[in-house]
Amino acid sequence: MADYSWPEADRRALIGSRPARLDGPVKSTGFAKYPSDQNPSGLLAAKILTCPHAHARIVGIDTSAAEAMPGVRVVHVIQGEGAEIQWAGDEVAAVAAVTEEVARDAVRAIRVDYEVLPHFVTEENRDGAPDARAAGERAEGDPDAAFAAAHRTVERTLGMPQMAHMCLEPHGQVCSWDGDELEVHASTQAVSTLAGQFATELGVPASQVRIRTEYMGGGFGSKFSPDRWGIVGAELARKAGAPVKLFLERDQEVTVAGSRPSAFARIRAAADEQGRLVAWDSDSWGSGGLPGTGQTPLPYVFSRLPNRRLRHTSVPTNLAGSRAWRAPNHPQACFLTMAVLDDLADELGLDPIDFLDRNLDLTGRADTYREQLAIAGEMASWKERWQPRGRTREGAVHRGLGVSVHTWGGRGHSSNCDVTVHPDGAVEARIGSQDIGTGTRTIVAQVLAETFGLELHEVRVSLGDNVYPQSGPSGGSSTVGGVTASTRRAAQDALREVLVHVAPRLGAEPEQLVAGGGRVFVDGDASRGMSWREAAAQIGGAPISVQGRNPGPGRLISSGVGGVQIAEVEVDVETGVVRVERMIAVQDCGLVINRRLAESQVYGGLIMGVGYALYEEWIPDPVSGRLLNADMEFYKLAGLVDVGSLEVHMMTGPGYDERGVIGLGEPPVISPGAAISNAVANAIGVRVPYLPLTPDRVLDALAGRGGPA
Amino acid sequence: MRPFGYAAPATVDQAVGLLEAEGSEALAGGTDLLSLLKDDVERVDRLVALRGVPGLSGIELDGGTLRVGAMTTLQELRDHDGAIAALPALAVAIDGVASPQLRAMGTVGGDLLQRPRCWYYRRGFGLLALAADGRSMVADGDNRYHAIFPEGEARFVNPSSLAPLLVALGAEAVVHGPAGERRLPVEALYRAPQAAGERENTLAPGELLVGVEADVEGSRSAVYEVRQRRALDWPLMAAAVSLTGSGPRTERARIVLGHAAPVPHVATAAGDVLAGQELTPETVAAAADAAVEGARPMSGNRYKVQLARTAVRRALGRAAGMEI
Repeated sequence: MADYSWPEADRRALIGSRPARLDGPVKSTGFAKYPSDQNPSGLLAAKILTCPHAHARIVGIDTSAAEAMPGVRVVHVIQGEGAEIQWAGDEVAAVAAVTEEVARDAVRAIRVDYEVLPHFVTEENRDGAPDARAAGERAEGDPDAAFAAAHRTVERTLGMPQMAHMCLEPHGQVCSWDGDELEVHASTQAVSTLAGQFATELGVPASQVRIRTEYMGGGFGSKFSPDRWGIVGAELARKAGAPVKLFLERDQEVTVAGSRPSAFARIRAAADEQGRLVAWDSDSWGSGGLPGTGQTPLPYVFSRLPNRRLRHTSVPTNLAGSRAWRAPNHPQACFLTMAVLDDLADELGLDPIDFLDRNLDLTGRADTYREQLAIAGEMASWKERWQPRGRTREGAVHRGLGVSVHTWGGRGHSSNCDVTVHPDGAVEARIGSQDIGTGTRTIVAQVLAETFGLELHEVRVSLGDNVYPQSGPSGGSSTVGGVTASTRRAAQDALREVLVHVAPRLGAEPEQLVAGGGRVFVDGDASRGMSWREAAAQIGGAPISVQGRNPGPGRLISSGVGGVQIAEVEVDVETGVVRVERMIAVQDCGLVINRRLAESQVYGGLIMGVGYALYEEWIPDPVSGRLLNADMEFYKLAGLVDVGSLEVHMMTGPGYDERGVIGLGEPPVISPGAAISNAVANAIGVRVPYLPLTPDRVLDALAGRGGPA
Repeated sequence: MRPFGYAAPATVDQAVGLLEAEGSEALAGGTDLLSLLKDDVERVDRLVALRGVPGLSGIELDGGTLRVGAMTTLQELRDHDGAIAALPALAVAIDGVASPQLRAMGTVGGDLLQRPRCWYYRRGFGLLALAADGRSMVADGDNRYHAIFPEGEARFVNPSSLAPLLVALGAEAVVHGPAGERRLPVEALYRAPQAAGERENTLAPGELLVGVEADVEGSRSAVYEVRQRRALDWPLMAAAVSLTGSGPRTERARIVLGHAAPVPHVATAAGDVLAGQELTPETVAAAADAAVEGARPMSGNRYKVQLARTAVRRALGRAAGMEI
């Protein structure tokens, strides 16, 4: 059986280096065409009419005025008379017209009569929730006895609201029919699986649905299915006999196309005199819109904590259902846990890093965390600069440091990759994956070039099309492991076939040959070799084409990572404004393929993390049930001037490289909320119990203690 | 976007004539009005584009008087060394619009007369946002960014970046209308509407703001904005102050709050506290307290009272060149 492995450290030309993203130039110059940039000839624009009420029944719908408007091609009713609408923003009807403007005016001309029903949208106070339901209770050990015997106990009520994915390219697609063949340029994270979903809904064979996503503008977990607007777009195109572009308006994108569930909890945690965690009791609740939520995994990371009791209540709201948001459940669990542990460290009079360190045996990766805490602490000059809470002030501005730890799996998904070597030496990979902005195209090219000993620009990677071999959806940090493993297996097999042809010419056995530096040669005797072009010419007239798969033989990937982040903040206690001055991230992810792109993933996680720590939240109106900030004005994203200095340390080398490739998309976004909240508590001496850390919440927390001088 | 007419007058008089017709609206930089139309929050029959009208743009510094045409862009004003040297606080107010695109397109007149950012208004519930039963959606709903000095049912805040400073300076607005030119204090441009359909400014149909004039000599002024983000973000609260008087004592102080009320809020009592006084941490604190006297915060914006106090203290500190 063939052996599949990554090259040893001293034999890596590209893996672990820092090549720039291959599609950087076309993206930054605008030459890259995203799905929303596709404008096939004869294109119609489609818009969706949404329900303005959070809970209502459709009593009547009249589309005649819209149908009569010049330029309107198709009016399509999505939910008709009698339908019960459960959230504002739910889709009612759609129009395809000659321009976006006409389509917008036409959906406004559709008259819908509603019977407005009572709604509930504010789950922070669960007592007012009409449908709250118990969603799990479990206990281990003897929490009551452990609390009774504990040295110190803290109790906190903490929480974070629902927030939006806010993809810069909204959800949507361009659909074109050619007879009963459908082509969809979709902004999706799931090129290979989307066709089947379109096909089922539209009643055509999946083999007649083509999905293309060469580039896309962000998904973060919210773009795995065609969604109703995908199917509606395809139906409009079919009825109109013309291509239809349907992308959500910004308010729709914020309201219905993705949110992260809220999480609230009343938590008690206790430690003994040695600063060891001994008991945990949490009563949590939250909402992911109409479906409510499941149990938040508490206590986070320190999951071996003995003596614990967990209760959870699911609170359905009249808001669109949540979607996976980068590291589902983890940022919430991390904030709820790390804030309480940080408060407990303060209660114990311990440096929080010391406190975490004393309890690392309650985690699954004690050695990793210990090493990472030491490195992060060093980068932050923690020992010299950290002071107990509330001691570092200059006038109104208080400074603070906070720490958090996190974990993630990140095992590579199912993936197939075709690698072809042409007799002229051209090498290409075809893979039905997608580059959702993470650099997948570049990573695959690196694996390919590394294996054949070529330069990055000498290989070609084609992805983002479901005619290529099936490769999994990009979710859960599973892409990099999946695509590198399938590509490596295919490339190693293809190379071995080439070597069989080359070996006789060099008077060697195939196993003695290696590819490197644009040549194929006898390992240990570079003089016995030939150029890659000559080598490829030995295969004869037909190309060699091999498919590689994941999962498969050889240890190319694994899973399970840790990470430590430290935040440094300034808090103006007279305005409540929090500024993140610095974020330090120490992260492992096994074998790093591209250090620049790995760091870029972590930067992105930190930037999103500052966003939800300080700014981002859904603000549903208790009166109308609508989101009041379904825009980019009061739904605030972190600007580049707001994120401070970001410093990233990737754990590499012995102990990490031999684990193989592990995903990295999720882990760096988990800790920022906790680390920043802890830094604010360190700065001002009191816990701000809710994220985001807005001035009103900061001033409220300070006022709870008498307020600033 | 509903169809509308578009007129490009060549003179101020033509513009005035066009604006007299009901359903006409002046189009300056277009950074907001076009969005309001696209979102169907406002409807117009005709836009009267001012960009091609000569004489509406320009900056003049004549002795101690600064004249700025209404169509002058924020960036043009920011780049005018003379104006900024004479009135450094202008730079702070303009830089608060932390978007190069908005500064490049947005105009002085547009800033002064821009529509409120109230999220109920922007969602089509009207400026007063009254529910069918007459109750205030703002009072019953989420009012974290709303007025701490509401006037009747007007609970939105005036969003102008320049108005607080200009009002503090006692600047005049120059308005052309069917009856010719009239001048009024900038603060008199604003009112708090009390009935549906009423606007938040006092311009009559056909009236056009053509410029502002401010006396920039003999006073020290400053602006302080509390903004959550450094990136483009509305101030949560803003204060502008203008102090006159030679020597240590302040003769007269004008203190104006932005983002606090449906109009630029002149904190008369705060100014009175400082009249004839030296600026000290004590007198400044007393003025800051006086500035929020009578504040009536709602369920979610009590924090803005403290922000107002802080903004006044810090603006006074800046004007006086002292750390307070």
